[in-house]
Amino acid sequence: MNIVEKQAEIVTEFALFDDWMQRYEYMIELGKSLPLIAPTYKTDDHIIKGCQSKVWVHAELENDKIIFTADSDAIITKGIIAILIRVFSNQHPKDILAADTAFIDEIGLKEHLSPTRANGLVSMIKQLKMYALAYQTQLS
Amino acid sequence: MYSTTLHLEKIRADFPILHRKVNGQALIYLDNAATSQTPLSVIDAISDYYKNTNANIHRGVHALSQEATDLFEAARKKIQTHFNATHAHEIILTSGTTHSINLVANGFASLLNEGDELIVSALEHHANIVPWQMLCERTKAKLNVIPMTENGTLDMEAFDAMVNSKTKVVFVNHVSNALGVINPIEHIIKKAHAVGAAVLIDGAQATPHLIPDMQALDVDFYTTSAHKICGPTGIGMLYGKEEWLRKLPPYQGGGEMIDQVTFEKTTYADLPHKFEAGTPNIAGGVGFGAAIAYMNSIGFDAIKAHENDLLHHATKKLSEIEGLRIYGNVPNKVAVISFNVTGLHPYDIGTLLDKMGIAVRTGHHCCQPIMDFYQIPGTVRASFAFYNTHEEVERFVSGLEKAISMLR
Repeated sequence: MNIVEKQAEIVTEFALFDDWMQRYEYMIELGKSLPLIAPTYKTDDHIIKGCQSKVWVHAELENDKIIFTADSDAIITKGIIAILIRVFSNQHPKDILAADTAFIDEIGLKEHLSPTRANGLVSMIKQLKMYALAYQTQLS
Repeated sequence: MYSTTLHLEKIRADFPILHRKVNGQALIYLDNAATSQTPLSVIDAISDYYKNTNANIHRGVHALSQEATDLFEAARKKIQTHFNATHAHEIILTSGTTHSINLVANGFASLLNEGDELIVSALEHHANIVPWQMLCERTKAKLNVIPMTENGTLDMEAFDAMVNSKTKVVFVNHVSNALGVINPIEHIIKKAHAVGAAVLIDGAQATPHLIPDMQALDVDFYTTSAHKICGPTGIGMLYGKEEWLRKLPPYQGGGEMIDQVTFEKTTYADLPHKFEAGTPNIAGGVGFGAAIAYMNSIGFDAIKAHENDLLHHATKKLSEIEGLRIYGNVPNKVAVISFNVTGLHPYDIGTLLDKMGIAVRTGHHCCQPIMDFYQIPGTVRASFAFYNTHEEVERFVSGLEKAISMLR
């Protein structure tokens, strides 16, 4: 599945829920399926700045595709990064760089997040794209 | 203690915002320590000022200017009376507590020498730490810290041992914003005065709950922000003893000027205007005065009694939740409860409570040293005001239980 298809899949999943409560329960569930970052990478230089809870992200290149792993000390944040990683992991750096992130608004994630969390979300996307940019530079 | 019944329905009708919905739920506002809500009488006072009186003060000969000046100075007088300051000119209207502390800390730059000592407490808001650190960098004075104990109180034995002839300024909050603990400022003031040191008390978290008496406390500087006491944002008070306000150079006017200020009578005659450069927040001052009047119309005895009831109710209910720890759970505190639940991040709890229309604060509350002491990323803080109800306490606790069950 490419990025657009994955985003559409997530939008469909979130459309099944009627209220915020179910959405948050689902996000908490998604957080549990997050591909966890190796403990050796859980260091300060892997922390994403701009999040009020701690979020660590690591990226590796495998067969020209980026594999993301992450973790957070907050459960809902784990769910959010899990959604992003599901979309962006195992994709080519150039596709990650080109991707738009309108699906976040579509699933109602942004409007249901407090401003601080919404800022954290922006920081997370920015960080994933920074990794993509770094690997893209390496590949070209 | 006598029991007092507040007419909560009537009081809540004074606050339009308490009737709105958040995320489809009736708002339960428990972030009063961050900012309190504004009653109609304060909103009307500000609105009336702009509708009928708006003019620049202290300068004009025309009627509006004189009326505006009278309103602003009447507000100062109300504040003086409320806090029992000796003179109205000892009340400096600032933009708030942060401004007040910076004003004083900056002023001490010309009064300190290398090797002088300052004392701060471990329970301070960053606003009562950073300006003094900046002062220490400039003057090479030494900053000593009164340590805190596990239950969130100050180690007063350590304080007593710390005070000496080199101590020049002691600055402590009256009530800790992160924990709600009331600090023994009377003792601190006496001890500091015994060695000739000045004392600044940050009263931002005390003034919504009690009336500090400037003369009885014999404090040198006391500061608060109007928005903590049902007033508008952007206005606050610095009380300073006349003798100290005369000693301190003006804050605004440039660092170069500070060194050349001489303490002649003609300069001193300018209090409080010496510290109120530029056009002040006139409407804010008027709103501040209206807020003081509103609070007194409710009565601080009644406010205290009701808030204590809410505090005890909430503390009892929260203590029944498995794995919940309250920080600063001591008898001498205001209606603030800072807590964590084992294994859960405060932001997760705060986010889910928000979805239920319940506003609490999560994070370090601008007190990173306290969080470092407990080795936690932050806490959930529920802070109550006199307009909160026991039903809201119940809904908050059941909302919290729901959030915990979702997160576990």
